Amino acid sequence: MDTLRQVRFIWKPVVFLVCLVPAFHAVGDIYGITGDLGANPVENLQDRFGNWGLRFLLIALSITPFRLLTGWNWLTRFRRMLGLFAFVYVLLHFLTWLILDQGMLLAAITEDIAKRPFITIGFAALLILLALAATSTAGMRRRLGRHWQTLHNGVYVAAILGVWHYWWQVKLDTSEPLIYASVLTVLLIYRIWHRRSHRRPKRH
Amino acid sequence: MLIKKTADIRPSEITTKDNYLNRRKFMEAALLAGGALATTDALSAVIPEERRSKLDGVIPSRYSTDEEPNSYADITTYNNYYEFGVRKEDPYRNSQEFRPRPWSVEVTGNAENTGTFALEDFVSPHQLEERIYRLRCVEAWSMVIPWVGIPLAEIIKRLKPLSSAKYVVFETLLDPERMPGQRSRSLRWPYIEGLTIEEATNPLPILAVGVYGEVLPNQNGAPLRLVVPWKYGFKSIKGIVKIHFSERQPRTSWELAAPHEYGFYANVNPDVSHPRWSQARERRIGSDQGGGLQSLFAAAKQPTLMFNGYGEQVAHLYEGLDLRKNF
Repeated sequence: MDTLRQVRFIWKPVVFLVCLVPAFHAVGDIYGITGDLGANPVENLQDRFGNWGLRFLLIALSITPFRLLTGWNWLTRFRRMLGLFAFVYVLLHFLTWLILDQGMLLAAITEDIAKRPFITIGFAALLILLALAATSTAGMRRRLGRHWQTLHNGVYVAAILGVWHYWWQVKLDTSEPLIYASVLTVLLIYRIWHRRSHRRPKRH
Repeated sequence: MLIKKTADIRPSEITTKDNYLNRRKFMEAALLAGGALATTDALSAVIPEERRSKLDGVIPSRYSTDEEPNSYADITTYNNYYEFGVRKEDPYRNSQEFRPRPWSVEVTGNAENTGTFALEDFVSPHQLEERIYRLRCVEAWSMVIPWVGIPLAEIIKRLKPLSSAKYVVFETLLDPERMPGQRSRSLRWPYIEGLTIEEATNPLPILAVGVYGEVLPNQNGAPLRLVVPWKYGFKSIKGIVKIHFSERQPRTSWELAAPHEYGFYANVNPDVSHPRWSQARERRIGSDQGGGLQSLFAAAKQPTLMFNGYGEQVAHLYEGLDLRKNF
């Protein structure tokens, strides 16, 4: 089997299942099989889904730098799946907040989104990821043409907003958001550096 | 409801005359003898060192709520005590080696009876009471906790503050060797908290030495902590080693850490939001546990009550004070 076929028929399904592990773990904890949710189950679920959303977002963003450094072009094949998993976990984080934490109380939800800046930016990040997920199919990519890439550069905005949202939310101890912020900074600096040093000469 | 039960208690109903005289005798004796008291009298509070020891001679209190208390597991594994780490499970995980003995309390400032008291002498002249109180954390979760302790007002009475004492300032042990959380600069150590003298002599605050009829676990502030049920949890300082009677309002730890978010008063108030979240509702810990998805969906947040539902006892303390400015 050639590399692309291996990726398609073996590694993609494997990675897909691995990406589902945090979700299965959450279900296991909800039913007390793999562990439990501790004293504050809703907070536990909300935090873990939010964390996994950020992690998958950073993993998806590191695919291209990693590909450029190693020359393993097949890595690109995983990018969309990882990005979609980031969206799924961010969505679960949002739904946990919306349904379980806020109890679908519309007044409380709109007040939080409008008046609490950390929730506002988190919500903005979610909307960006929603747009990216909705336009992630091959068909949409074709239809949008060169606008597609412009739109999908928004993933950087979403990641910055997501890390900022986390940073702003913690009461005092910023050590964990700092880790996400550092990784994101390294990824962004690499991208900027790469773009500058590989700028194509203008054609006349 | 608690409010109804406590509406018309007179001091004479709380303390019988015999006990009152007896206690006075004890207080005097304790101070004269430097606290070297026999522990045989029914009034004297004895705090065993051994983990999970039963506390003897605990009487119930009319100030207790009849709401269902949280489980021992929830109370002792989910709380904030930054001296042992910043996550909710850190106090439980990182305090097991901590030995809250020997322990003494230093009393300083504008009072007649200042000095250093061994823990045993400090608490032994008093009667232990069970006080089942609601606890509302500033992070918008809450519990019901059956504390065992001594009314702070009685201890203060014994220490005889001067009229110049306007504030009571409390300080937690500073010992990074024994309190690993103090090795990081999450807060400025030692932890400082304070009350006005009127708040401190209100009948509600207690110095707690136990929970669920047992000696206070390390993670909950052993051997001695404050409980002020109408204020956000961070006011209820743990591991107290110093009590200072001051003329001036202290700068408390959370105030120093984030002055626009945490104030000196920190009264539970559903109408004044934290800058980053609403305080209108709270999640009662335990309400959504153990029943799979069903219990997660069933448990709604409940409305937060002004002064955490203790307005009847404390609202008069804040008459004329703008609680929006003095949050």
